[in-house]
Amino acid sequence: MRVNPKTTQRIAKVLIWSSAVLVIVILLNIVFYILIKGIPQINWQFLTEIPRNMGRSGGISSTIVGTLLLTLVAVVIATPFGIGTAFYLTEYTREGRITRIIRFSAESLAGIPSIVYGLFGYIFFVTYLKLGWSVLSGGLTVAIMILPTIIRTSEESIRAVPHLYREVVFSLGGSKWQTITKAVFPSALPGIANGIILSIGRCVAETAAVILTAGSALRMPSSLLSPTRTMAVHFYILAREGISMEKAFGTAALLIILIFLINVVFNMLVNRYVAKGR
Amino acid sequence: MNQSKIIIKELNFSYKEKLAIHGLNLEVSANEILAVFGPANSGITTLLRSLNRLGDLIPEAHMEGEILIDGKNIYAPDVNVTELRRRVGMVFDVPTTLPMSVFDNIALGPRMGKRSKAEVTETVERALRMAALWDEVKDRLQTPAARLSGGQQQRLCIARVLALEPEVILLDRPCSALDPVSTAKIEDSLRELKEQFTIIIAPHTVQQAARLADKVAFMLMGNLIETGAAEQIFADPKDKRTSDYITGRFG
Repeated sequence: MRVNPKTTQRIAKVLIWSSAVLVIVILLNIVFYILIKGIPQINWQFLTEIPRNMGRSGGISSTIVGTLLLTLVAVVIATPFGIGTAFYLTEYTREGRITRIIRFSAESLAGIPSIVYGLFGYIFFVTYLKLGWSVLSGGLTVAIMILPTIIRTSEESIRAVPHLYREVVFSLGGSKWQTITKAVFPSALPGIANGIILSIGRCVAETAAVILTAGSALRMPSSLLSPTRTMAVHFYILAREGISMEKAFGTAALLIILIFLINVVFNMLVNRYVAKGR
Repeated sequence: MNQSKIIIKELNFSYKEKLAIHGLNLEVSANEILAVFGPANSGITTLLRSLNRLGDLIPEAHMEGEILIDGKNIYAPDVNVTELRRRVGMVFDVPTTLPMSVFDNIALGPRMGKRSKAEVTETVERALRMAALWDEVKDRLQTPAARLSGGQQQRLCIARVLALEPEVILLDRPCSALDPVSTAKIEDSLRELKEQFTIIIAPHTVQQAARLADKVAFMLMGNLIETGAAEQIFADPKDKRTSDYITGRFG
């Protein structure tokens, strides 16, 4: 049977449009549902007080601090290693056994369920290294989790940098390191930053691995060795144990707003840096 | 004519199994424009790249023979390759500005050479003037280089090489992506620059070789077929292949 190309074109258009619309509608639905239920819960007290009565009353300030600290630890640890590995894979070695092993390991890491990371973190950081349930243990565990994302996205954006850029720097009397600092890294930065943003999202949203490694203490963390409860974990416990659905929605709404803000700020910083060059 | 600036002796260059240049001998005098022309895959780009050792970057490349600049073999073990590349600058076929401002693009070489800030500023202006680009960009030094037109970008690439204060300038089909007006501007600059530099250009057309060159070399399939003064080669080529190529019978 022959179908008029105009008809197929029309059908394709409808299918593409409807899938886009469907996805957007579902996403917005979820986001708005949570925001509508949650935003009324958010007020000054909610932001500044620590949870009281297991979270039934009071605010969630300690969980906000816990989330930010844990994310900071994870990103600060994972970023240099991730970017370093990506540069090793792309600039400092030729394709071979070693690169295959590294890539295979990174991909396997990406596929492991987060609860397994939690278990590993619990055994290794919490018990073996005696870091206890702490921001540090949690941060280290999540750092390992986000490493594959950072390696992968960095590697891809480094590969996308035109080969000529490197040759230009070499031909101007630059060293290998200067090709990276002067040409490759600045050009790859937006892509690398994108990977970091994705990773921040994962850190903020992680529960299973965090419960096992950072604990679920409601106190305000006083150092990186204090146990803490992140917002996502707090939300999980509030909802799971039926402590307070209102507070749970408030926490979820704030979580969404937080991720949104981190995205916006990070993008602004990167764009300001990139705008100098193009 | 003064003593040869560059002497190439029995140069062989191969990639993996493929021989790109066979036993090439060539001398280049200072302060003249040598145009090396020929069809694609003749080894011309390879020849240019071997002169500032950019060919080193290709893992499977293998080079034999000698290239002397001012009587010194640039492939000798004690040669500082970074220093060599500053003395022998290269302009590529595609205008390749880096994603930074006009000023930073040109300042890159001097900065990597650890020049002081004042020196860098001075060098950038001088290089832009020599490349006949200063008047067009003096008010836009901080704009991204990518916003310039293609011809301006290529002149910026020339200025970037000039900022290295090199002795030799290599140009690999520098006008192949440009319109005739931009091409003419670049050719004018080159004619002036030869007073101070030794210029080797791979022209993108035979006409460009005829317009620009003092001396020409015709290459085919990795072999140097014929070399001599431009007037002589274009008026009375010795080799049939050269005359066939010049008159457009093949290539």
